[in-house]
Amino acid sequence: MNANNSEPIIVAFCCHYCAYAAADLAGSGRLQYPPNIRIVRMPCTGRLEVNFLMKAFEAGADGVLVAGCEEGSCHFKEGNYLAKGRVNTARQLLEEAGLEPQRLRMVNVSAASSQKFAEYIREIVETVTGLGPSPVKKMEKRTTNQEQTGVMP
Amino acid sequence: MIVAERKTIPELVEILKPHKNILVLGCGTCVTVCLSGGEREVSIISSALRIAFRVQGLGFGINELTIERQCDNIFIEQAAEAIQRADAVLSTACGAGVQAIAERFPHKPVYAGLNTTFLGILEERGVWTEKCAACGSCVLHKYGGICPVTRCAKRMMNGPCGGSREDRCEVRPDRSCAWQLIYRRLKNIGQLERLKEMEPPKDWNSSLSGGPRVLIREDHKV
Repeated sequence: MNANNSEPIIVAFCCHYCAYAAADLAGSGRLQYPPNIRIVRMPCTGRLEVNFLMKAFEAGADGVLVAGCEEGSCHFKEGNYLAKGRVNTARQLLEEAGLEPQRLRMVNVSAASSQKFAEYIREIVETVTGLGPSPVKKMEKRTTNQEQTGVMP
Repeated sequence: MIVAERKTIPELVEILKPHKNILVLGCGTCVTVCLSGGEREVSIISSALRIAFRVQGLGFGINELTIERQCDNIFIEQAAEAIQRADAVLSTACGAGVQAIAERFPHKPVYAGLNTTFLGILEERGVWTEKCAACGSCVLHKYGGICPVTRCAKRMMNGPCGGSREDRCEVRPDRSCAWQLIYRRLKNIGQLERLKEMEPPKDWNSSLSGGPRVLIREDHKV
């Protein structure tokens, strides 16, 4: 992500069955919403892990929006409830790490709610613009150490 | 299994501040099962630490590695190279794992990333409860399989204390009274007679009160 870009960048994890369809509908309906959003399509917000949210912020996202189905109408019954708990856990971690938890938000939208989807995007862009760029961006350039996972070679 | 929970990020930042190149070392056994120190949690804690370091303007390098078991030398071997390269190790194993790593690498600072909490079971998704205090002299056969040492807040061997309300503990009203559970269980298995026997004071010598314990098995020693 561009560290010099003054426009905030919001990563939106959208459920395939609702928010992603709502975003599609918003496009078809020529609804205007800020172009700061980078949509990641999820099979269900239940696939989301705390890790994904942390990685997005680590990579320099100014805000993250998680958009799942309305409560009680998850295609996989409970995915959005799982996501809710994970978003809350990530918010707690972000706060501990020194980032404003308001940068991360979960919303529930139906596939038909394109207006609502556009509204949520406007809201988070407004919130994040108010908070300013993520301080993580300041040191965007990684230190010499390469991050590694798994067994060392 | 051993249940643990992570330390807070500000606490970890404070611990790790004197070092520049940190290895966050996970354990693939108990702490993976209780979702506090396995590969996924290592990744989450490392991410949070990187964010915290950048927010505070501290230049740190963090590497991640998870091995099968930190309390076993054979598995520690796999982490040796990564540990040697790091200035310090943040171990997300239980207290035993942290100490095993520290003993194996006498010149390397090794810190605990978790608070080891108790020996327990997974009650339901996301909920763990304590079941065993590792007292070293099991009495479960006398109490229908419900441990008064662990589950009674007053450790009563001859209960109940008389303070419980309905089936709730007097000390922690959100917990069941262990003696209510013992009574019900003994009734269900037709062993209520056991409650008429007076249990003498427990010998705590076999517990941690007698100093750190060692188990030696002649049949397995080389």
